[in-house]
Amino acid sequence: MSNANQQAVAKYKNNFLKEVEANVEEGHWVKMCMQCGVCAGSCPLGPHWEHSPQKIFMMIRAGKREEVLGSDSMWMCTSCYNCIVRCPRKLPITHIMHGLANYSHRLGLAPKGQPTREIAKLFWDNLVKTGRVNELKFSLAMYFKDGFGQGVKNAMAMQGIGLGLMKAGRLNPMEIFGGHVCKDKSGVQKMIAKAREIEDRRKSLA
Amino acid sequence: MSKKQYAFYPGCSSQKGASAANYTTSIGMMCDKLDIQLNEIPDWNCCGASIGYAEGGELPRLVLSARNLALAEQNLGGQDVVSGCPACWLATRESVERLHESQSLLAEANEALKEAGLVLKNETKARHMVEVLVEDIGFEGLKKPVVKPLGDLKFAGYVGCQTNRPFGIAGESFENPVYLDKMVEAVGAEAVKYDQKVTCCGGALAFSEPDKSQKQIRDIVESAYDHGADMIVTPCQLCQANVEIYQSEINKKQGTKFNMPVVYYSQLLTVAYGGSAKDAGLDGQLIRADKLEQIASK
Ligand code: SF4
Ligand code: SF4
Repeated sequence: MSNANQQAVAKYKNNFLKEVEANVEEGHWVKMCMQCGVCAGSCPLGPHWEHSPQKIFMMIRAGKREEVLGSDSMWMCTSCYNCIVRCPRKLPITHIMHGLANYSHRLGLAPKGQPTREIAKLFWDNLVKTGRVNELKFSLAMYFKDGFGQGVKNAMAMQGIGLGLMKAGRLNPMEIFGGHVCKDKSGVQKMIAKAREIEDRRKSLA
Repeated sequence: MSKKQYAFYPGCSSQKGASAANYTTSIGMMCDKLDIQLNEIPDWNCCGASIGYAEGGELPRLVLSARNLALAEQNLGGQDVVSGCPACWLATRESVERLHESQSLLAEANEALKEAGLVLKNETKARHMVEVLVEDIGFEGLKKPVVKPLGDLKFAGYVGCQTNRPFGIAGESFENPVYLDKMVEAVGAEAVKYDQKVTCCGGALAFSEPDKSQKQIRDIVESAYDHGADMIVTPCQLCQANVEIYQSEINKKQGTKFNMPVVYYSQLLTVAYGGSAKDAGLDGQLIRADKLEQIASK
């Protein structure tokens, strides 16, 4: 168990709702849910959610910490915002799902090898390096995330598409040598590091 | 007539050599014809996209947008920040709102911004390119520069998620927005009935959960065929890329014969305004939009 996780367990004892309210983005909204079920039918990848957002909110109130934070469900969110515009109580459901995923990821409780978790991390690492996303390096990192052999297989499977994009001027092979960057790259990096430090302090994640 | 000025935030996928480079090309020509001047925000950075949440958390994500907004305030004061990318627009607008709601978050954001030598007053509006067209130019205004009405072409107006929800364009309905159809009609083409108008393409999960997302994409393309469309038109980069790129994969796996072009609204407008296929970035399609290219070359 990670240190931050042990601390959170000790601090909030059996009050998982309180923990979510304090540490999860927009978590203070959870108690407003009236369990109407509208959001449950809204997710595009619905059949792949083990627990719908509605159910997750109920589980939070029932203190089911491990089941919620260890769940694969939030990682199925496509950020389609269907739920937000439909919820009669105006809960920012999308952001709560993102917040729960982020919190479980940072505590080390999110499912290992969860593909969206992996690419989300690659994406962020890629953007922090230069302030802008380098699509070629991001794609390569994505293909090779499961090791070299699998990477070659993945890259081969998408080779036709990659070549097509290159020909169409929409993927630049020269990006491997640098590509687009922010001039004040170091300012961007320091700013992000500072923001993370502040947030981690506030949520006891440091 | 004096030009309308905006602080332009292109975003990562719209840069030269990136996946939506052709979108930027067409926006350039379209804006020229509409007397819109886009002033690029100097040294802008990535917005974090929707998928940035997992590692980025809340404040680091908010400060990415805060830096762009601060740069706009400093260099292009008073101009609305405009992006062509729904994800960029959404991230920026969400940040504006979140930082308005909470003074303590704004203070924290400014503490982080100090590291990059910037301050945010948070006085700027964040808007999508389509809002500028619909609200500031208007459909009548969009018709004015038309020199080549797109006559016989039939489009499936695929709005998708993020220009539509949660903010929406010009207060339109979330289940059946009509602005895209009205744009198609403004350039003289036909907007077919299309029941997958606001279906999600899978977003970033097209990469991480390809099979689950390709089911979405299949519905989106199939319905365009069913309703007799020649092409799909969309205001979103990720929609464009996902729906165009994965058709060949779906064909391979499921034996379909999809070959449906997917273009941007700005490409239609550019062609209707007399631009060449190159001006409209049509050389950037993986599935060539032949019928549109033919009109462009007439
Ligand atoms: S739609 Fe809103 S109120 Fe209804 S169950 Fe979902 S979160 Fe709760
Ligand atoms: S935004 Fe996420 S939680 Fe909301 S309906 Fe879409 S997939 Fe479901």
